Amino acid sequence: MSSEISNAKIIFINGPVVKAENAESLKMREMVLIGRKKLIGEVVSVENENATIQVYEETSGLEWGEEVISTGKALSVKLGPGILSNIFDGIERPLERISETGSAFIPEGIGLISIDMDKLWDAHITVKTGDYLEEGSVYATVQETSMILHKLMVPPKARGKVVFAEKDGSYNIEHTVVRLVNEDGDEIPLRLYQEWPVRTARPVKSKKAIEKPLVTGQRVIDTFFPLAKGGTAAIPGGFGTGKTITQHQLAKWSDADMIVYIGCGERGNEMTEVLEDFPKIIDPRSNKSLMERTVLIANTSNMPVAAREASIYTGITIAEYYRDMGYHIAIMADSTSRWAEALREISGRLEEMPAEEGYPAYLPSRLAQFYERAAYVETLGSEEGSITIIGAVSPAGGDFSEPVTQNTKRVVSTFLALDKALAYARHYPAINWHNSYSGYVSVLKEWYEENIAENMMELRAKMLSILQEERKLLEIVKLVGEDILPDDQRLILEISKVIKVGYLQQNAYHKDDANVSLNKQYKMLTVIDTLYEAANKCIKEGMPISKIKNEDLFYKIITMKYKVSEENLELLEQLMKEITEYYSSLERTYKKGGAQNEAEISEA
Amino acid sequence: MKLKYLKLDKIDGPLIVLSGVKQASYDEMVDIVVENKLHKKGRVVQINRDRVVIQVFEGTSGISLNNSSVAFSGTPMRIPLSKEVLGRVFNGIGDPIDQAEFYADEKFDIGGRPINPVARKYPRDYIQTGISSIDGLTTLIRGQKLPIFSGDGLPHNDVAAQIVKQAKISGDDTSNFAIVFAAMGIKHDEAEFFRKQFELSGVLNKVVMFVNLADDPIVERITTPRCALTAAEYLAFEHDMHILVIMTNMTSYAEALREISSAREEVPSRKGYPGYLYSDLASLYERAGMIKNSKGSITQIPILTMPNDDIAHPVPDLTGFITEGQIILSRELFQKNIYPPVNILPSLSRLMKDGIGEGYTRDDHPDVANQVFSAYTHVQEVRALAQVIGEEDISDLDKKYLEFGRLFESKLLNQGFDANRSIEETLNIMWEILVAIPKGELTRIKPELIDKYYKG
Ligand SMILES: Nc1ncnc2c1ncn2[C@@H]1O[C@H](COP(=O)(O)OP(=O)(O)OP(=O)(O)O)[C@@H](O)[C@H]1O
Ligand SMILES: [Mg+2]
Repeated sequence: MSSEISNAKIIFINGPVVKAENAESLKMREMVLIGRKKLIGEVVSVENENATIQVYEETSGLEWGEEVISTGKALSVKLGPGILSNIFDGIERPLERISETGSAFIPEGIGLISIDMDKLWDAHITVKTGDYLEEGSVYATVQETSMILHKLMVPPKARGKVVFAEKDGSYNIEHTVVRLVNEDGDEIPLRLYQEWPVRTARPVKSKKAIEKPLVTGQRVIDTFFPLAKGGTAAIPGGFGTGKTITQHQLAKWSDADMIVYIGCGERGNEMTEVLEDFPKIIDPRSNKSLMERTVLIANTSNMPVAAREASIYTGITIAEYYRDMGYHIAIMADSTSRWAEALREISGRLEEMPAEEGYPAYLPSRLAQFYERAAYVETLGSEEGSITIIGAVSPAGGDFSEPVTQNTKRVVSTFLALDKALAYARHYPAINWHNSYSGYVSVLKEWYEENIAENMMELRAKMLSILQEERKLLEIVKLVGEDILPDDQRLILEISKVIKVGYLQQNAYHKDDANVSLNKQYKMLTVIDTLYEAANKCIKEGMPISKIKNEDLFYKIITMKYKVSEENLELLEQLMKEITEYYSSLERTYKKGGAQNEAEISEA
Repeated sequence: MKLKYLKLDKIDGPLIVLSGVKQASYDEMVDIVVENKLHKKGRVVQINRDRVVIQVFEGTSGISLNNSSVAFSGTPMRIPLSKEVLGRVFNGIGDPIDQAEFYADEKFDIGGRPINPVARKYPRDYIQTGISSIDGLTTLIRGQKLPIFSGDGLPHNDVAAQIVKQAKISGDDTSNFAIVFAAMGIKHDEAEFFRKQFELSGVLNKVVMFVNLADDPIVERITTPRCALTAAEYLAFEHDMHILVIMTNMTSYAEALREISSAREEVPSRKGYPGYLYSDLASLYERAGMIKNSKGSITQIPILTMPNDDIAHPVPDLTGFITEGQIILSRELFQKNIYPPVNILPSLSRLMKDGIGEGYTRDDHPDVANQVFSAYTHVQEVRALAQVIGEEDISDLDKKYLEFGRLFESKLLNQGFDANRSIEETLNIMWEILVAIPKGELTRIKPELIDKYYKG
């Protein structure tokens, strides 16, 4: 890294914000090194000969008059093999390496370290001298983990003729494996990595329509509020309502090729939990450990606030790089509110004019820019790839009217509203089926019909309307009790209970319930529908609800999620048969004995 | 090199400003001598060229623009620590206030550094507190940060004292456990209550106290928990001890932060608290935990009072977003004479899932707890309905739920200050009270477990 000479000197220090004078040579958004400890910072404003810098490390001990060194480049990350299965801080410094120094704590002044520069990778060179390469063309591949083949691509805007191609072999990422010469005769060395400024979206050939779901294995999401590959989603909720657990579930079970998990201003232990658990969990699709497709960006709540602001961009830039190889990436950002607060804190120290609740006026545009980086695309290398962004939102007081939730709501298409009351009742996931929505239902309809079942979406709508009706009925029940309702309405309440307990509730810690295939979801829905239709028919014929609600049968249906594993889904067909038989025999007895003969019915 | 400055530019609340400073580093400590005799400590909180803003501990009263001298120390705030801190009492800046001097060879920066998530060990061992509502439903885990959300006049101090008294935090080795107590803005009699309780529990020589009472300087309230947590880290990670940290009252702490922030004319966010309240609280709470290269642990029980019993107030709200759950005390239960008055529905222990069940507490624990939560939720709905239509007119099933609610509160919750229940006793009580509702309602419990434990 070439450090330029500059005469910039610190004149002002206030937490993570410092100002330097004689800073004419510093550029906006440039990365700088500050003081004797060479703390890393980024120029956020330049005025006359003064520059304001946000510092990504603790500024304790910094003195006025210390110098600021220019690096000549924007805050950027190194992109190459060695990212996957790893954990980095908000500016891509490897936490594993930092801990190898022996301390359990993170010191400041670690310097600009990134992915491992010494590790040797078995690289296969896919081009030969004389080939002409365009931006996005692959020139080498490395099996980065057992799940991901890492494709080294010509960086955007570069192109040229191959004048040198290394043979296959073991190289560290600094090694130049290919050299191009472009039209102007400039030589372009290609190594096993490239650098990219985090605040700039990586270019693509084109954005494509969204038409495939991101299958998550979570019933309430896949069935009712589906996510789409290339789409966006927000999970807002007060503390303890289940944002993190939901994101962990999505990181574990969704059918993405790769997961970027950004712990942005949240708990250290939650990162540790992923680090301890994921290597042990086997991905059902590839039979490999989940860690093989996961990268963690950890900037916990007690780490410097400016790096928290950057962590979101580091995460998405990494995701874009892998997307460019033709992979489908899902990003979990937990929590985007902490990122917004970092913006607010820095903005406050810059003495900018606050808008709503102290947040800077540019909060909405920053949020929109971030979510805009999600898309289903055709890459420069003409592959298909996608980035799905799933952001947790932590509204103060659990009140969704605050600025971060509102501004997020405007730019995301799936809104999974977590509900305190459900969480208190330990109804997990506490996703409220009345306030949540997915804008992808209609675009995904075709996919569901083709790949799962013709009537999947119809069943979905039917179940939702039962739940809608329940809501209205519960308002009445609250005032007069349940006994007064006519039997067909009481059936709605009973079926709703089955949907809620037997279907919507999903235990993240149960081996057969944590992750459920769409096929099983569909069959379970059909079971509930069979129950509803059969029971409803009996009600119409005048049978009392007390006879229709058979405890054993209902219990069986509510617990089918635990008892029926993916391997023996035929048990669900059996259950449907059992339901049909039960009610038709009930009907027969009823018809035979007439409406009054209740004794006989109860024997049925 | 230690230059002294004799003239101040400005005194403003807890802050002084001086200019012409040749060398100063951010966050460093200064020594202020007032009228050649009284020493006060201060900390650099802003540097603007040679103009430096200093936050004065012990308050600025008595300081005038030209009766004091300021000397810069060149280092951030550090406190001396050795194992001898056990049994001692300090003020909020780590000076002993129990008459004797305190010396130690090594000094530690109270700011702390973030624990590297890679170096953390995920906490999984439960601590039996002997309190049923906690052990059974919001289980405390060694290394967890689990605050008590309370209200003015509620018995949060008793609950904390009872935990200290009964907690089997020590595991196999009792010599290895200690308590760090941080008092922030509490009254003298509250502090005395804790001291007394520690004495009665026979742990006084295992307690380190950092005390900043309601009438002590506000600025020291900010450093009190930092000194305490530095001592906790020292004992836990240098000496492999299991440390229980009690910090009370976090609301007073946050108010002190607000007062200083306002004196510095910072842009306020909700209710006048500074925008960095979340990060600031996190810099305290995240100092709980366990690390790989030490056998020790830091378990935190912060106590806070919710102004107006409002859980959406910024202090409980932001705390809840950082800690690993919360134990919430209810005024309604307290008025019903139930002790401890834990409102279990909004209470939560996030680390519970990994520390209970077979091999930890008992195989039925997760399911039976889940069932109790679900049943008690329904009790609330039924009570609301009964209020409207009268208890006679509700369904038979709902009547059974009401009975369950009564049993839950009288048998499980209301155990008193002296009852110390084992986890088996607690779980057995849960099964006993579940008998009040029909077996068919137990949809959250696996059938095998019902067969094994159901007593109906
Ligand atoms: N799907 C689930 N299955 C089982 N338990 C759950 C589920 N979702 C949430 N929980 C329970 O709720 C607790 C809180 O969930 P989580 O940590 O995800 O909340 P959060 O919304 O991220 O809160 P915060 O904003 O404070 O981080 C968990 O520790 C767990 O006990
Ligand atoms: Mg969370």
